[in-house]
Amino acid sequence: MDSLNTYLFIAAILFSLGLFGVITRRNGVAVLMGIELILNAANLNFIAFAKFGGMNMSGHIFALFVIIMAAAEAAVALAIIINMYNNFKTINVDDVQELRQ
Amino acid sequence: MNNLQSLSLYWPELILTITVLVTIIADLFYSPKESGRTAVWVLGGLLLTYVAIRVQDSTIVTTLFMENLAFDPFATFFKTLIIIATVLVIFISQRTSELTNYRTGEYYALLAIMVFGMFLMVSAIDLIMVYLAIEIVSISSFILAGYLRGDLRSNEAALKYVIYGAFSSGIMLFGLSIVFGLAGSTKFFAIQEAMWNLEGSANFAFTLATVFILAGFGYKISAVPFHFWTPDVYEGSPTSITAYLSVAPKAAGFALIIRFFNQVFGDGGSFMDPSLTTYTELPWPQLLAALAVVTMTLGNLVAMQQNNIKRMLAYSSIAHAGYMLMVLPTLSSQGVYAVMIYLVMYMFMNLGAFFVVIYVKSQGGGESFDDFRGLGWKMPIVGIVMTIFMLSLTGIPPTAGFIGKFYLFAAIINAGPQMYWLAIIGALNSVISLYYYMRVVKVMFFEGETSETVLIPPIPVILIFLALAIPSVVFGVYWTPIANWVSKSLVFFTQVI
Repeated sequence: MDSLNTYLFIAAILFSLGLFGVITRRNGVAVLMGIELILNAANLNFIAFAKFGGMNMSGHIFALFVIIMAAAEAAVALAIIINMYNNFKTINVDDVQELRQ
Repeated sequence: MNNLQSLSLYWPELILTITVLVTIIADLFYSPKESGRTAVWVLGGLLLTYVAIRVQDSTIVTTLFMENLAFDPFATFFKTLIIIATVLVIFISQRTSELTNYRTGEYYALLAIMVFGMFLMVSAIDLIMVYLAIEIVSISSFILAGYLRGDLRSNEAALKYVIYGAFSSGIMLFGLSIVFGLAGSTKFFAIQEAMWNLEGSANFAFTLATVFILAGFGYKISAVPFHFWTPDVYEGSPTSITAYLSVAPKAAGFALIIRFFNQVFGDGGSFMDPSLTTYTELPWPQLLAALAVVTMTLGNLVAMQQNNIKRMLAYSSIAHAGYMLMVLPTLSSQGVYAVMIYLVMYMFMNLGAFFVVIYVKSQGGGESFDDFRGLGWKMPIVGIVMTIFMLSLTGIPPTAGFIGKFYLFAAIINAGPQMYWLAIIGALNSVISLYYYMRVVKVMFFEGETSETVLIPPIPVILIFLALAIPSVVFGVYWTPIANWVSKSLVFFTQVI
């Protein structure tokens, strides 16, 4: 069980779940959760490769940076969704149809 | 170079960082009405940054911060281009009517942060740096797209931008993680070296990773099929931001793509060898060619059906990304040369077209074709410069757009007969684009009633028009300075293995 393949497999499943979530969910916050899953799948890959590949620290550092950027992105995205709730009174992304003629 | 030595070549970015901090602090001392004065701080900072770039020894070609960033004339070219675009956009933002009810201090600070992110984008040679740079640019542009908090369309633009943006950078990140696993390093050159020794069984994983990474890059330059965000975001954002997004991040995205493909998939030469071969079994020149064809065709065909000029310009910017993508598969230094020239020309004409939209809107007009009826008679100066920009975007001589297209097609023809089909499709697309660009001119001059009163814009507006229209014409006749500048800048940091 303790092999690189296990981790890669789990990361691939997480990635697919995230993809599925982004495509099927209509709730703005749920879409963001899907994106977080994708980012964490990538993180898992980085850490697994760094641990089993006998590589230098860059995998760990990459994962740390991704966590920071994900937090910043989530903050901005949530602010935008709150603003959208204030204006549209909904967080369903399909109900936002001002553009497109 | 080690970290301490690198600082001596890092002055432009350091000055930018200080500019951002000073702008944010200065904004605290302004009342909401005066907040727009922060533009002066940002302009001053950009000017200092430009001076810092100019005084650097431009012949140095090296890496900074332990091979995280490249310092070469190629990066310097794009940094200069980005500064010019930002300065123009700051002046344009002064004239827009959309921002009047908002505090604009953060607006200018965020523009400066974007400039910093794009500086990193054009010089990154490490996967961590690539990701960080793309995210810095993206996150600030999400906020700028939604800057009009009370405006429903701006809200929607920001929402779509943040979802598509975060999604595609997540996909790219997953691709990067696979590349990291295959190569064992995040450095471009180490990855390139690892690609030499890649076993055949790893090809599938590598292809997959490349497609994922292309998704991230394609999103940045709004190439089909990663373009879905573009029309909505461009239509809903404040028009000054739309103008900016269609020029500066696109240029930085192209710089990143060129560097990435040159150094990771190329032979490590600096595009100087015309017989560049790839040693991976990936058909990525064909992949890029297909992407280019779909991008320009879809961009042009959909642009024809638009009734909103802002949205039409959004689709046209997709088409222009397609034209530039067209030469990347040639893998020649001539192709890169052509893209760089095109980006310079494109900057002036596209910013100009958006500024006309901004000005017309600030005078009580709208963004649709109907609002432009008879505009050429009501505001003759605006009508004439808009005609220049439209001709230039189509690529009709003697405008700058023609020279840009000329270099693009020359690069493709020179790449050999197997590329001719691409040139033919590109030429057909230019013809299609003529229809919708000329429709603007037709609506302005030949529809609606001619008006007796003539509106002359104030002097600052005329100056901005001239600053954008003169290059769009002059560079179509006398483009030697641009050509010289670009050919001097065509030097990459490389590590031949």
